[in-house]
Amino acid sequence: MKVPLKWLKEYIDLTLPPAELAEKLTMAGIEAGGIEVIGERWDNVVVGEIVAVKPHPNADRLRLPTVDLGTEQQTVVCGAPNLRVGDKVAFARVGAELIDGHTGQLTRLKPAKIRGVESSGMVCSEKELGISDNHQEILVLPPDAPVGAPLAEYLGDVILDLEVTPNRADCLSIIGIAREVAALTGQSLHPPKVSYEESPPPIAEQVAIEIADPDLCPRYCASLITGVKIAESPQWMQRRLLACGMRPINNIVDITNYVMLELGQPLHAFDYEKIMGRKIIVRRAEEGEIIVSLDGVERTLSHDMLVIADEVRAVAIAGVMGGANSEVTEETTSILLEAASFNPASIHHTSRSLSLPSEASMRFERGIRPELTIPALKRATQLMAELAGGKVAQGVADVYPGRRKPKPIRLSAEKTKALLGVEFSLEQIVSTLTSLGFECQPASADEIQVTPPYWRGDIQQAVDLIEEVARIAGYDKIPTTMLSQPLPRQNPAPIIGLRQKIRNSLIGYGFQEVITYSLTSLEMLRKLRPEAQPLEPTPLRLANPMTADQEYLRPTLRANLLAILEANRRHEEDGIRLFELGKVYLVREGDLPDEPEVLCGLLSGTREEKSWHGDGSLLDFFDAKGVVEGLLAKLGVAASFEPSDDASFHPLKQAAIVIGDRRLGVVGELHPKVAAAFDISEPAYLFEIRVTDLLPFTLEHKMFQPIPRFPPTVRDIALIVDNGVSHQQVVDIIKGFSLVKQVTIFDVYSGKQVPEGKKSLAYRITYQSPTHTLTDEEVNKVQEQILRKLSQQLGATLRG
Amino acid sequence: MLPQLEELRSKALQELASIDDARELESWRVRYLGKKSKLTTILRSLATLPLEERRTVGARANELKTELENGLRQKEEALREAELAKGAKQETIDITLPGRPLPIGRLHPITQTLNEICEIFASMGFGIVEGPDVEWDYYNFEALNIPQEHPARDTMSTCWLEQQKSDKQAMLLRTHTTAVTARVIESMEPPIRVIEPGKVYRYEASDATHVPMFHQIDGVAVDKGITMADLKGTLYEFARRFFGEERKVRFRCDYFPFVEPGVEMAIECLVCNGRGCRVCGQSGWIEILGAGMTHPQVLERGGIDPEVYQSFAFGIGIERLPMLRYGIDDIRLFYSSDLRFLRQF
Ligand SMILES: [Zn+2]
Repeated sequence: MKVPLKWLKEYIDLTLPPAELAEKLTMAGIEAGGIEVIGERWDNVVVGEIVAVKPHPNADRLRLPTVDLGTEQQTVVCGAPNLRVGDKVAFARVGAELIDGHTGQLTRLKPAKIRGVESSGMVCSEKELGISDNHQEILVLPPDAPVGAPLAEYLGDVILDLEVTPNRADCLSIIGIAREVAALTGQSLHPPKVSYEESPPPIAEQVAIEIADPDLCPRYCASLITGVKIAESPQWMQRRLLACGMRPINNIVDITNYVMLELGQPLHAFDYEKIMGRKIIVRRAEEGEIIVSLDGVERTLSHDMLVIADEVRAVAIAGVMGGANSEVTEETTSILLEAASFNPASIHHTSRSLSLPSEASMRFERGIRPELTIPALKRATQLMAELAGGKVAQGVADVYPGRRKPKPIRLSAEKTKALLGVEFSLEQIVSTLTSLGFECQPASADEIQVTPPYWRGDIQQAVDLIEEVARIAGYDKIPTTMLSQPLPRQNPAPIIGLRQKIRNSLIGYGFQEVITYSLTSLEMLRKLRPEAQPLEPTPLRLANPMTADQEYLRPTLRANLLAILEANRRHEEDGIRLFELGKVYLVREGDLPDEPEVLCGLLSGTREEKSWHGDGSLLDFFDAKGVVEGLLAKLGVAASFEPSDDASFHPLKQAAIVIGDRRLGVVGELHPKVAAAFDISEPAYLFEIRVTDLLPFTLEHKMFQPIPRFPPTVRDIALIVDNGVSHQQVVDIIKGFSLVKQVTIFDVYSGKQVPEGKKSLAYRITYQSPTHTLTDEEVNKVQEQILRKLSQQLGATLRG
Repeated sequence: MLPQLEELRSKALQELASIDDARELESWRVRYLGKKSKLTTILRSLATLPLEERRTVGARANELKTELENGLRQKEEALREAELAKGAKQETIDITLPGRPLPIGRLHPITQTLNEICEIFASMGFGIVEGPDVEWDYYNFEALNIPQEHPARDTMSTCWLEQQKSDKQAMLLRTHTTAVTARVIESMEPPIRVIEPGKVYRYEASDATHVPMFHQIDGVAVDKGITMADLKGTLYEFARRFFGEERKVRFRCDYFPFVEPGVEMAIECLVCNGRGCRVCGQSGWIEILGAGMTHPQVLERGGIDPEVYQSFAFGIGIERLPMLRYGIDDIRLFYSSDLRFLRQF
């Protein structure tokens, strides 16, 4: 809402400088987004009157106007075509700062000789004054402009750009802001006085009004003005409309807009002659009913929209836009002026559905009180009589099915203090509320009964009144105290702690955390499948995606992570380790989706940063697996790894992460086709763990194990086994013996000295007993048993 | 025999004196103290000598053995020391060479900020509660006094999910973590003091100041006797801890449908220190959060009696905070996953 201060001053005595006024309004809830000063630089510009215009002796296009400035007359050279004796103009003296009409630069006016004629000063165009882009003609001021007065005084203004919150429909008007300022500064308010003459016959004989759907229209009022002459509205009105961001159209339309800006009530002017049957019917639109709106667009309406109709057709979309069929044109002579109140939700719905937001609908959506219709109607009627030369029919039409009695609210000083934490006396409260137009009656010794003014539809409960008291006093009057109540019990979800541990572990392993969008595209998800398999189940889709690449809720973190790798590879030489811990979204029938949390990590490139130490070796499957093992060990979770057939992974280089008997993740090398789909040109390793499913395993109760009292005995063995025998098979057998405390593989070898089709596995076995120091014989015996079993079950032999 | 021993002694000691490496010393030991050395031979042959001679020669030979052994030990020590001294000189390292690089992992700046804020509020007794990203219209809007067609809905452009037949009402991506506040009020019993970090979503095109997904932390406290002064105190403490003691803080009236009175907290602009600049729109202030006393209807709808309990609530936008602190001028960088950006935090 733009508020020109000169206009505001008509209703309130302003003593504060604009910046302070803006600050006060901001603190009280109406934020000033900006302060625009018109005429800030018009120091040497004054109002003048052209008293003579002579031709230039040396140039046909130039003329020599003589301008009366009150104290003296100046003759200058001017090229504008619209120089007329008797016109009031803006005259710039030497030294004035003007915008150069050609270059657009700010320049200081100097005396000049133009085609041989001295010129000390200038008659200004709007562009030179910075008002508009018009540089063809000079600016002609209204005849009432006082000769000799500084232009800044006459035409300058300060415009506050206020951001009005949705609850304050009343502040979408100059008078509403004036009321706020009155309460904030203690100045008194002068609302516009309205009076006009009426002539018979009464309006009731000339138009009938019927509200068919009173749930959507609590009140409909109208006046009738005949014999108007359509013309431009006066300059002062046009200027105010422009300053508030509205385009002047003609005197009638401008008056409806002017009164809307002044009082907040949207109005609509119909050409009375075009209202068929002299009847207005406020009704729901027929399903599919068509109306051409004022902007010339054909609109198809639905039954949940409200129209203003005559006996035959709709003539306006209620509260949103008028119809072309009843528009005021140059031929119009009689005006049926509407001031109505509509259901805010219905207007909101209609203007959204038709994509037709307007100044009127914006106000109706926020709730225009039915009480405002008559004052606004009368104010506009008066202006039409005054400015368009109309005759006003007797009375106003007023159908008011939605009349409601205002409900008074009870308030005490005690309740105010209980909410704000600071004391305001009942007198202070009454004085603040009264300054805002509230009526306060004593209800009991320490309680008052407050009736809000009709324009404050947002005030419904005691807390609303308390906010009024607090904001007018200023929130800085409220002290700052710390909560003094006992600390409530907390039951933090265990996943919060688990998440923290996982994140901290991974950054310890050198992984950079990333956060990617929860939304993705089918195309991205399809890249995860080497063959064009269908995505099962289909991920959740947005009904209104903003862009095609953010259309679906991600069912996996993989795609986003893989997309990042290539983008970073363009500027990263060294190994890249990334992880994300976040939600994926899985469809659940008839309920919100399941949102389990998943950890996904990605490694690729060299193991070590390029350095004078490094060998340039590449990260591989066992780096990825090592991270998973390290992480799970840290979380105290025992895991095993089993063959897996995840389509995104290399078929032979992947393992399922098995915890308990559940597969909770996968680790492996990215499938080459998937890598290619993501433009990844190097081997990349991925691991994924379903954190939400992992959680119960991390919560298992741990028991302390005593530190062994007896020394361990360590033996190394090297076995020759078939290539098909896995490390896990060997370990499982060795670990089956109770004295074996630990088995570590320290070498895997195939090649020279090992027969074809076989490999050598070297293990260090640690034997230990909790009850005594083991003798060599005991250890030898167990080791022999182990070797026998390895030989029987796996065909293993000792490497000589 | 004795002269033989004397000769042996002087030869051995002379040789020993000139030895300067461990290998020579070892061969000297073998030569003079080894199993086949002359001295050992003499000592072994003592038994064959006549008694008188055995005594004198034996005593002298044993003396000599001790002397040589001591000499050996001293030499060994001397050599070891010389070795160390020599080694220290030869093995100097260029300490300006870089160390062996370890990969450095970092938390995302948003995670770091969330952690920091959670810690500040934890120290004031606030626990953490989380809610779903995909939310019912009810918790995101209706429960918070934002019914259908309320103008406040226009200020939070919403991503809606495709409606399934079985859905009992419209599903959306929550537009604010205040939706969690609605759940907390409904499901928890007072006294309540929690914060609610999480992702939120808007139907908005990306630019330097907008992204379709970002983070918020909402908070709510419900108890008997909680006042707006407590709200101011709590938020002031947050600002003091996060932005520092000297940063000015301002509370002004603002409107949010789910609170009354409504509050906006701003801090003095970090770029211009309140003088006015482009970042703060010349106002000198930067809006940090919205807050207020929880609306009685919101409490009532969640089953808490507003006549008994009072409550405050607040909501903080997260991305803005590291942007201000580090001077980041494009919010999209947080979600670009560009290591050149992420590595800076
Ligand atoms: Zn600033």
